[in-house]
Amino acid sequence: MFATLSDRLTATFKSLRGKGRLSEADVDATIREIRRALLDADVALPVVRQFTSRIRERAVGIEVSQALNPAQQVVKIVNEELVGILGGETRRLRFAKNPPTVIMLAGLQGAGKTTLAGKLGRWLREQGHTPLLVASDLQRPNAVTQLEVVGQRAGVPVFAPERGVSEGQGVSGTSQGDPVQVARDGVAFARDKHHDVVIIDTAGRLGVDGELMQQAADIKAATSPDEVLFVVDAMIGQDAVTTAMAFMEGVGFTGVVLSKLDGDARGGAALSVVGVTGQPVMFASTGEKLEEFELFHPDRMASRILDM
Amino acid sequence: LSRDKLDADTWDEIEETLLLADLGVDPTTELIDRLRERVTVLGVRDTEHVRELLREELKALVDPGEGLDRSLAIDHAPGRPAVVMVVGVNGTGKTTTVGKLARVLVADDKDVVLGAADTFRAAAADQLATWGDRVGVPTIRSDRDGADPASVAFDAVKAGIESEADVVLIDTAGRLQNKVGLMDELGKVKRVVEKHGPVDEILLVLDATTGQNGMQQAKVFSEVVNVTGIVLTKLDGTAKGGIVVAVQRALGVPVKLIGLGEGPDDLAPFEPDAFVDALLA
Ligand SMILES: Nc1nc2c(ncn2[C@@H]2O[C@H](COP(=O)(O)OP(=O)(O)OP(=O)(O)O)[C@@H](O)[C@H]2O)c(=O)[nH]1
Ligand SMILES: Nc1nc2c(ncn2[C@@H]2O[C@H](COP(=O)(O)OP(=O)(O)OP(=O)(O)O)[C@@H](O)[C@H]2O)c(=O)[nH]1
Ligand SMILES: [K+]
Ligand SMILES: [Mg+2]
Ligand SMILES: [Mg+2]
Repeated sequence: MFATLSDRLTATFKSLRGKGRLSEADVDATIREIRRALLDADVALPVVRQFTSRIRERAVGIEVSQALNPAQQVVKIVNEELVGILGGETRRLRFAKNPPTVIMLAGLQGAGKTTLAGKLGRWLREQGHTPLLVASDLQRPNAVTQLEVVGQRAGVPVFAPERGVSEGQGVSGTSQGDPVQVARDGVAFARDKHHDVVIIDTAGRLGVDGELMQQAADIKAATSPDEVLFVVDAMIGQDAVTTAMAFMEGVGFTGVVLSKLDGDARGGAALSVVGVTGQPVMFASTGEKLEEFELFHPDRMASRILDM
Repeated sequence: LSRDKLDADTWDEIEETLLLADLGVDPTTELIDRLRERVTVLGVRDTEHVRELLREELKALVDPGEGLDRSLAIDHAPGRPAVVMVVGVNGTGKTTTVGKLARVLVADDKDVVLGAADTFRAAAADQLATWGDRVGVPTIRSDRDGADPASVAFDAVKAGIESEADVVLIDTAGRLQNKVGLMDELGKVKRVVEKHGPVDEILLVLDATTGQNGMQQAKVFSEVVNVTGIVLTKLDGTAKGGIVVAVQRALGVPVKLIGLGEGPDDLAPFEPDAFVDALLA
């Protein structure tokens, strides 16, 4: 088996003779290899289809000559198209004209939202902002404590009027306050105490959970966020499309954060999510520590997906 | 015309179903090749029948003849509790699974002790202790963050022995399999626990939304701690968890349990038929 797309394409074109355009069979073989590479990288099937039909159009035009290696030409085209879709330039955070700027985090269970709250808080504080973290996850056991610890490590205050699910509640473990109210009060508190950015941590939820989706929509309606960031695990597979669409339709988001990019997953989800929602990836989360966080780089991501 | 409905569309649809379930390109291609062969040999002409054969083939892959043992190894010798360690990458549902599993065991009249060997993530021990509280079992934890996870795990088993518990469930910190230092640390946790005697069960928790990286997770964790069973979590969502098909086949490690939600009762035995039905739905 060949390790990279580039190797596979080189093998595909090995028998290429003569000059002129790539034959239809050559183009088909090319597309097969690209499709395979993208699926192995967890790019979702519908997005793979869209993508390969664009590549097909361009591949048809490739001239075979002695001088140019067609495999390299194809890889270059694929790379250009990938970078194009992932966004040429990283979009910056939008700040409110009248502070506080409100940033709401949303995503599946365990995606990395609470950790990201700390990372964003720390990053913004270092740029001279005065962020406040708001504990609106009252559902996952000790999510509030977790955010408090994260806030302490980040040197950022945490607004946490409710304890959520925590020890000492006996078997039911479901007594909790109202996450929407906490979010609303958090923004009011920030305005009052002159915090210029509010970061709202929310509970993880599934796309199919209508009730919890509505709760997220209610948090959004109550706080009118300037940014809603969809946090998605770089290891996610084909479900990226269904889930991203569910969050897009159920809550609506303005940017994407890819988490756990310090792993060895190829991260095709980046392409899937951008491909179906049109929202840009803004940040990459690259570790458990709060400083392991950076702006998203489309070109690095393209190379990573292609395993180059 | 109706005799020859097995057109390209049928095969495309089958392929699409399998790929969208995260089965992976190779297993999908192999399965379809085998299916095509049977269709030719049997002279099958209608889509319905092909789908029936597809179901059979997939079932055979998920539940091979010799029958994988999907029961938990929690029978124990007198004087020593069974020890179960739960491992996996970050955020897959390890702590929640420990909580749910404790609930199942308690309902089965077992005495259970939890060990909070995630001393790293913010409030991880609190989260486990809340689960312990929920299901009414004690949690052994360190009183400080960043304590040595191996010694907490050791203490948990020790407490289990002293209290004559039936099962000790050890929760570990999430770690990505490419982090060599963290994987070494996990190996050490296991070795230190083994000073009390063998670990009976090592459950790898895989998130059903995980794509092809799930195979790498399973390979590396198996190398480091010899995984004995898989727990497939978050199957209550839209993801199908198809990566476990390749994992089970490559490593011979059976899926034993599935996670179907965030509540204490949302853990169930893995049932191949139901899994295959959901995958093809
Ligand atoms: N390696 C790595 N781990 C991460 C990263 N971001 C988060 N994590 C870890 O992933 C796990 C889940 O992170 P959380 O921040 O609790 O995720 P969450 O989305 O808030 O989870 P819920 O609130 O339960 O939905 C924790 O173990 C984090 O330490 C990352 O970029 N890299
Ligand atoms: N919907 C659903 N959510 C689950 C399931 N199992 C766990 N979760 C949720 O997933 C999130 C992460 O679960 P944890 O148990 O904290 O995961 P973990 O593997 O211990 O995470 P780390 O210790 O940070 O690596 C929490 O919000 C859980 O409530 C499941 O089967 N279904
Ligand atoms: K499912
Ligand atoms: Mg959280
Ligand atoms: Mg945990």
